[in-house]
Amino acid sequence: MKAADAIVKCLQKENVEIVFGYPGGAVLPLYESLRSSSIKHILVRQEQAAVHSASGYARSLGRVGVAIGTSGPGATNLITGIATAYMDSIPMVVFTGQVSTELMGRDVFQEVDITGATEPFIKHSYLVKDATQIPRIIKEAFHLASTGRPGPVLIDVPKDVQNDRLDYVYPQDVSIRGYKPTVQGHMGQIKRAIRKLRNSKRPLICVGGGILRSKAQEELANFVTKAKIPVVHTLMGIGALPVDHPYYFGMVGSHGFAHANRAVSQSDLLVVIGARVADRATAGPGLFAKNAEIIHIDIDPAEIGKNLGTLIPTVGDAKNILQQLIKGITSLATDQWVQNLREIKDSQKDVLFEDRVGVNPKVILKTLGGILEDTAIVTADVGQNQIWAARNFPVTGKRQLLTSGGLGTMGYSLPAAVGAKIACPDYQVVAVVGDGGFQMSMFELGTMAQNGLPLVILLFNNSRLGMVRELQNDGYGECFGIDLTGNPDFIKLVGAYGFSGIRVHNDDQFADAMKTGLAATKPFLVECIVDPKESTL
Amino acid sequence: MNRHILSVLVENQSGVLSRISGLFSRRGYNIDSLAVGETEDPTVSRMTIVVQGDDYILEQIKKQLNKLIDVIKIISLAPNVSVFRELVLVKVSATEKNRASITEIVSIFRASIIDVSNSTLTVELTGDQEKIQAFLELMRPYGIKELVRTGLSALQRGDTQISQTVTE
Repeated sequence: MKAADAIVKCLQKENVEIVFGYPGGAVLPLYESLRSSSIKHILVRQEQAAVHSASGYARSLGRVGVAIGTSGPGATNLITGIATAYMDSIPMVVFTGQVSTELMGRDVFQEVDITGATEPFIKHSYLVKDATQIPRIIKEAFHLASTGRPGPVLIDVPKDVQNDRLDYVYPQDVSIRGYKPTVQGHMGQIKRAIRKLRNSKRPLICVGGGILRSKAQEELANFVTKAKIPVVHTLMGIGALPVDHPYYFGMVGSHGFAHANRAVSQSDLLVVIGARVADRATAGPGLFAKNAEIIHIDIDPAEIGKNLGTLIPTVGDAKNILQQLIKGITSLATDQWVQNLREIKDSQKDVLFEDRVGVNPKVILKTLGGILEDTAIVTADVGQNQIWAARNFPVTGKRQLLTSGGLGTMGYSLPAAVGAKIACPDYQVVAVVGDGGFQMSMFELGTMAQNGLPLVILLFNNSRLGMVRELQNDGYGECFGIDLTGNPDFIKLVGAYGFSGIRVHNDDQFADAMKTGLAATKPFLVECIVDPKESTL
Repeated sequence: MNRHILSVLVENQSGVLSRISGLFSRRGYNIDSLAVGETEDPTVSRMTIVVQGDDYILEQIKKQLNKLIDVIKIISLAPNVSVFRELVLVKVSATEKNRASITEIVSIFRASIIDVSNSTLTVELTGDQEKIQAFLELMRPYGIKELVRTGLSALQRGDTQISQTVTE
């Protein structure tokens, strides 16, 4: 069998139905094999979008996303997407074409060392020099991407190797001697954790994206309900516990809620689950939860002890460990502590800003919460729009909020929404984005139009890079390099792609506009005009 | 800052050395020496890595190394239960007058002269780092023209094997 055909066969064995990609000279054999296969190829407009779309696909479905690019510039364009996926632990397999093996190392046309270039921010990578290894490599790649701490895996295949022949046998099992992730939590540590919890007066749980990757939302809710422990979360932990859960106390960190941060600083025992609590969640090394002892549960042992001093380290899968914790825990006497936190939470007031021109983005996102279904997927970009969405859009029921938390990649929202809509055609998908991030990925309007994806883009337009503006104002007093004068008429722009939009100037106009958008059979733009002075918090 | 010696089993494949050295540089870990070669199993290479760092750094180094898929096993080698050797080649200036005294030092250290010219001697010495240091101090007055070292290699003492050692 031709190696390129074998790649397609292997993908089918891994139940891959959709790949996001962009062809070029070095992947022609693979594209020829894809052409006659059952796998659907979504042509993006730039390779970075292929990876972000694969990320949106992977996150919304809980499966491995697949992206394909050609050698050289195709491969380098993938890099930002790969780094974004790595920082947020998104399971993904990325294929790149490479120049033929006899040309490698000679700096020929469209040659770049992509395994070398991606090495600092990829879970693992393969440069395939022997076609007979392809089935093993693909089997391993999907295993690595989706198990342990998930992440992106790259397979770089030279063009001549794609044309080689091999006897195709897909391996049943994977055996990688250097890769044995610990899934089951150590019982001794779990018992210690339970003892510690029983003796604590002000226990608190802080969860991150690990709950979502491990699909442990139900276990988390059961555990905290049984034990009566309040929960805060990081940006990546949005959706781990519904916001209307009685023990939900909001997002921590520099852009989180004061009451959530207060809970962390007052707690005497903090259980961190599936979170690395990096600088945006803490105020800096050694400043997070100063008064608390810490139990840290994570699938990645390298996260434990990296950012937080830990009393009880517990390596394992969050779902598995939470199941053990549920068995061992009894209801804790936390009523007074929870009551205190509720009082603090209820006493918080929103920042007042009355004489704004345009919409109040916070009101818009709360309104959106009242409109969307319980399964809706919202993607958010990076900047003020991300924090507005994170703080104000209520993730209840089975809703998801997908955003680039670790790397903070602008331009993520639109392609991630494409991936999510393709993965979940029956769910409402809304891409929240600012006018800066929109223009970083606006070429994806073509992908949306071509595939007739009925998703809604919720654009907050302040003609500025709003968060940078705010940081400059606060830190330096003056602004520089943030003015986006020259923006197109976004309604006309989407019109050129054959779909329509509504411009919203005040909060009252929003609900109708959004409902129109959600009822449309094509992509739809809801553009909200935002006051340039609008604050993030 | 303490010196630690790590013995690391890795897949014997291209790209592995780059992954490991890249990890050290991008995370800012200080590496004193790194020696690598094939083991009794040709699919496995063994690296001896000498690093500087406090306990936090050492733990991070081990954990980050362990995250690499190509890394099979890591152990720390404690000085009291391990043997260490390094090979050094040193080309030292030698005149007719001082050649005999250099040769004398060479024989005291059980080093050997492996090349001679009109104006130089090239000496090979194997030993732990203290011995090598002492030898080089004695050579320095004669004029060291060139020096090359392999970096430390190490094994556990006795019948203990890395494959049977439990990783802490």
